[in-house]
Amino acid sequence: MGIWIDHDKCVGCGNCVPACPFGLLELIEEKIQIKEGCTFCSACQEVCDYDAILIEGVPQTTEVSDSHHGVWVFAEQRGGKLKSVGYELLSKGRQLADTLETELCAICFGHDITEVEQLIAYGADKVYLMDNPALANNQDDLYTKGLVELIQKYKPEIVVAGATSLGRSFIPRVAAILKTGLTADCTELEIDPETRLLLQTRPTFGGNIMATIICQTKRPQMSTVRPRVFKKNAPDKRRKGQIIKVDFDKEGITSRTKLLSFIEDITEAVKLEDANIIVSGGRGLGKAENFGLIEELAKVMRAALGSSRPPVDDGWISYPHQVGQTGKTVCPKLYIACGISGAVQHLAGMQTSDIIVAINDDPHAPIFEVATYGIVGDLFQVVPMMIEKLKG
Amino acid sequence: MNIVVCLKQVPGTTKVKIDPQTNTLIREGIENIVNPFDTYALEEGGRIKERCGGKVTAVSMGPPQAEEMLREAISTSADEAILLSDSTFAGSDTWATAYTLAKAIDKLEQCDLIICGRQTIDGDTGQVGPELAEILSLPFVAYVSKVEEIGNEYIRVRRMIEEGYEVIEMSLPAVITVVKEINVPRLPSLRGLARAKSATIPVWTAEELGVNKSMVGLSGSATRVVKIFFPQRVCRSEILQGDLESQVDTLVDKLREAKII
Repeated sequence: MGIWIDHDKCVGCGNCVPACPFGLLELIEEKIQIKEGCTFCSACQEVCDYDAILIEGVPQTTEVSDSHHGVWVFAEQRGGKLKSVGYELLSKGRQLADTLETELCAICFGHDITEVEQLIAYGADKVYLMDNPALANNQDDLYTKGLVELIQKYKPEIVVAGATSLGRSFIPRVAAILKTGLTADCTELEIDPETRLLLQTRPTFGGNIMATIICQTKRPQMSTVRPRVFKKNAPDKRRKGQIIKVDFDKEGITSRTKLLSFIEDITEAVKLEDANIIVSGGRGLGKAENFGLIEELAKVMRAALGSSRPPVDDGWISYPHQVGQTGKTVCPKLYIACGISGAVQHLAGMQTSDIIVAINDDPHAPIFEVATYGIVGDLFQVVPMMIEKLKG
Repeated sequence: MNIVVCLKQVPGTTKVKIDPQTNTLIREGIENIVNPFDTYALEEGGRIKERCGGKVTAVSMGPPQAEEMLREAISTSADEAILLSDSTFAGSDTWATAYTLAKAIDKLEQCDLIICGRQTIDGDTGQVGPELAEILSLPFVAYVSKVEEIGNEYIRVRRMIEEGYEVIEMSLPAVITVVKEINVPRLPSLRGLARAKSATIPVWTAEELGVNKSMVGLSGSATRVVKIFFPQRVCRSEILQGDLESQVDTLVDKLREAKII
């Protein structure tokens, strides 16, 4: 497989140069050259009027057996409590299942899980519940095996899971065993009405490009989605559904990893991943002690505490608070950036927030380009004013 | 202890900008760098080697120019490096990449621990580590923020999760992926730079790896990119006006109107 330019046909018009989303085409002495890194997306081929671009060996569509049916959502729990991301995915999953005119199932592993019927209220037609003391903690090995067995038995066409630390650890292993495709961190999922394929759209290159990905020849089609990307529907308590208990067969399965202890992060009242509001501080705070001011604002707003990279590197605040490319990706309803200039790496982690407020004394700081509301001013004046006003 | 560290060469994204005229990524002047998370993986490999003895082998799948990155790895913590490069590898998705890396690891004599970065900064998937573990049938822990103990037959690590940390033990050989918190990578030493300059970096092709060609590159990939576009960024910035006090008032009013607070 590869891409070639037919130099006999190429007239050097250069029309294809801006068409390449990766900027890989270059016009050198009236000849098109292709740099490394082509993904064979064929965007250049589409704009070429001279049929001078050849792409070969791209796998042709092969029919997939239609023995796979149903949309599945892996509903994660911790300590017996279901996580919100499961409800978000069921709300989206309902749309997908309705379009495909198929059933929506929730898959739930754990022990003594409360409110399992909520999964039905959020849209599931069936809940496959594996309840066993061995599954109480997030045991990657057991979850991998359990999910693979269920998929092989019931053959869903789509499986979606939360891109949480658990989902991102074990879902790729499930996909690897099933030798099927998996698309990480999707921000949009749609059904192509013609092919019934799942169109999985995700940001890549630090959020600079969006890519739509399909899994044509393998089943199930699998995706992970970050928490808070899809909105939860209102639960409908009158919905009817089935809860199907599935035995967990412990025979022949031993977890190769052993959970020895759990150290809870008690430094923050609200976790970044779950937060509706995040208040973040950056280099503009000047020194470690000044983070107290940001903490106070976070407390008043019942917000989680975030940070850009420099304060973490300088040891003012711990790494789990870092938002951005090498930290966490968040999408709260409100993100308040205080003294953060807005390097691309930081923007990659927070630019999908609903409302962004930037407070910075440099009017040219790039953070203002993504901000919904900007205040150009000294954060040491602005933040105390905000605290005062919100308290009052 | 034989340690393998998987590395990827990625475009340094600091300067990635979109040309407003053509709506394409401006690539000029963007240098390739080692994926930042992989530098923590490499450093951790070096530290474990210093504690337990053994050697660190850096492995990368990529185009020929990834060799320079592998030289860099030798200048810090790697004892040797291998480049997996073949035109048939182009267009690999995460599974095909993991399969190719697994084939290389199989070819290496013995391997006790495989360390990868949490994810790359270009693809951002974080899937190659766990898929590699599964293809090799090895136990796996992601998001490792600390190696607490390591012996000949076991490793005890801290895994970073949303709610805090889990302490997990598993037997070796095993695969881990690491986060930034785990260490601060060292700079190359003069001796390291000299070693890197003279090192021979073997290139293993599809044939040498004995891979099934239908399982690598685009043909081995179950997923395929069908469309690429630029996110619509609605520029809706509003810089508030007036003195600071009234700006803060306006802001709080707007947030209350939006029913956020």
